[in-house]
Amino acid sequence: MNTALRPALVLLGLFTALTGIAYPLAVTGIAQLSFPTAANGSPVTVGGRVVGSALIGQSFTSERYFHGRPSATTGADPADPAKSVEDPYNAASSTGSNFGPSSAVLAEAVKVRVAALGGGPVPADLVTASASGLDPDISPAAAALQVARVAKARGLPEDEVRALVNRSILGRSFGVLGEPRVNVLALNLALDDLKR
Amino acid sequence: MDADLLQFVLFAGLLVALAVPLGAYMAATFAGDVRFLAPVERALLSAAGPAAEKPQRWTGYALALLAFNAAGFALLYLILLFQDRLPLNPQGFPGLSPHLAFNTAMSFVTNTNWQSYGGETTLSNFSQMVGLTTQNFVSAASGMAVAAAVARGFATRQGKTLGNFWVDLTRATLYILLPAALGLALVFAYCGLPQTLAGAFDATTLEGARQTLALGPVASQIAIKQLGTNGGGFFNVNSAHPFENPTAITNLLSTLAILALPAGFCFTYGRMVGDRRQGRALFAAMALLFLAGFAALYASEQAGNPLQAGLVDAGAGNMEGKEVRFGILGSTLWAAATTAASNGSVNAMHDSFTPLGGLVAMLNIQLGEVVFGGVGVGLTGMLLFVILAVFLAGLMVGRTPEYLGKKIEAREVKLAALTLLVMPLGALILPALAIAAGTAQSSVQDAGPHGLSELLYAYSSATGNNGSAFAGFSANTVWHNTFLGLAMMLGRFGYIIPILAIAGSLAAKKAAPPTAGTFPTHGALFVALLLATILIVGALTFLPVLALGPLAEHVSLLAGRTF
Repeated sequence: MNTALRPALVLLGLFTALTGIAYPLAVTGIAQLSFPTAANGSPVTVGGRVVGSALIGQSFTSERYFHGRPSATTGADPADPAKSVEDPYNAASSTGSNFGPSSAVLAEAVKVRVAALGGGPVPADLVTASASGLDPDISPAAAALQVARVAKARGLPEDEVRALVNRSILGRSFGVLGEPRVNVLALNLALDDLKR
Repeated sequence: MDADLLQFVLFAGLLVALAVPLGAYMAATFAGDVRFLAPVERALLSAAGPAAEKPQRWTGYALALLAFNAAGFALLYLILLFQDRLPLNPQGFPGLSPHLAFNTAMSFVTNTNWQSYGGETTLSNFSQMVGLTTQNFVSAASGMAVAAAVARGFATRQGKTLGNFWVDLTRATLYILLPAALGLALVFAYCGLPQTLAGAFDATTLEGARQTLALGPVASQIAIKQLGTNGGGFFNVNSAHPFENPTAITNLLSTLAILALPAGFCFTYGRMVGDRRQGRALFAAMALLFLAGFAALYASEQAGNPLQAGLVDAGAGNMEGKEVRFGILGSTLWAAATTAASNGSVNAMHDSFTPLGGLVAMLNIQLGEVVFGGVGVGLTGMLLFVILAVFLAGLMVGRTPEYLGKKIEAREVKLAALTLLVMPLGALILPALAIAAGTAQSSVQDAGPHGLSELLYAYSSATGNNGSAFAGFSANTVWHNTFLGLAMMLGRFGYIIPILAIAGSLAAKKAAPPTAGTFPTHGALFVALLLATILIVGALTFLPVLALGPLAEHVSLLAGRTF
């Protein structure tokens, strides 16, 4: 055992220094120097104020904005920190709903969400909770479905809003990878710019 | 649909294009022919002392591996327990409870990376970097060392030794994992994965709410978590989190990184045993199982949840627990890869998969993580099935079975058969125990057959050293942290020790040249026999309980029944 103990301890120590300290610090140093915005969470600023991250969804409930997907994240209850309450798009505590496909709670939740949108069928992503609870995107169809509501709330012509949505569609990477989608925060920022 | 097919073909082509040269490179590394960091290698090994020079018999090799993993476990356990007194804890997280620290330390030392902890809500940056990232490297390197030792044992003409664990460990880390992780981490950071020592930043949303966004040294950890088939995420939802996997490009790179080294090991093996056809046959068997699993997963998720028919657009698929940017293809390809490769990172919530989709993910794990499997150990797991397959073939023709010219006799078959008990013990007996004790019922989230699936998945994942979860299951209890931890230990060393013993005993046997009566182990017939062996063992072991879980749920869903 003694013959194995020395190399075990020595190499564990040295590999900890190499892979646990030097490696992440080297990546941190290079990333912070070479691409600081990405390395710091891709923050989006408007007029010097950080309004979110380009990569992370945020909660939109106003009629004047496009809404993202349902989010299952929770947060501490302000009244009683020991309890947790619904806190959609809590970017400090990611989670999905984890409801199984035969869950009665899930089936009911989907029905309620569909009814709130005026009845189905609707784009699936708009009535199902994302994996992370922080999904920044919706499908182009889910954005199109909201055009009339947003245009009405803003007093804008529907065509103008629809044109904005179409301009905001992100295609597949290299024309192949991933799915076409709309980043909700980017779309809403562009929407706020429209009225100016 | 066509776009999905194109993406899959692109993925498969890139995987083979990566795995073949990587396999050659790894073989060269373990042969000592890669030397560009020779001074560092020499410094590390000379610090380790004289034990790091001599070739070891299988017992010495296994003992070295156990000592190294035990030391790693102790260090990580202490770091997690006392993270509140250590630096780099910007959020001021407390130390972990002893049972959670035990579970997490076991999880990372065994290359499982099961997450009983909540990532961004539990662990300090120090714990993530110094504790977890280190084990991400060295637990993977330990598995790679085992594969190298086993290949040498099978290949040697007649000898007693399998190489030196300390040398293999050092070379795997220095020449394979570290350069690959460094490159991938920088690409990831460029693509938007945060890499900072800060803990979070605050934003004021367009609607005026405050949003706190957790981040940290993410890119460096995610790169190695994928390459080393570790899978333990920085965040609770793992690679579904936009900070771990922001785009379709990072998603493709990650999926490739999950499979590249395990697939490459087939080719490494072929080169190390001096017959590349042997490696190709193993790759073919693995690829066929992978394809079948992926096709079933994809079809099931694309078909969607029957309860949502008429409510959501037809053809949208089952989107609960999935991210828009990955869609059905990106999510199911990942799920097939991560459960096949013993990686366990997820980009969609497996708990919310359709019953048959979840079944495939679970079965991939329950087959013993041999469909590519963990780096190194996936290959050695497959070799155990190879021994059983040639034994069965030998029985059929009444001839002493041989593999690579070496006679497979009672000792090897007994040891290989012994490992068949590992999965049932960890993934059937332990869940049964939890049900009898009532601790299963209190931890499942969903009622009905899906609850059983959650429990089964947890113990399958731990025993298979996978690490993914049906995450509705509340695993962070004294009972489950303890028993899942033990299942991980069983699932790691319950395979490694017997396969090293087999390698030791085969090394000592004289290799005989093939004769007309030798059953070739590189052709289509052998691949078919190997697949049958794997599927029969897996099916016999798990079909009954899968009928009570996912299959029962599938039938209920078709009947419109909810729970």
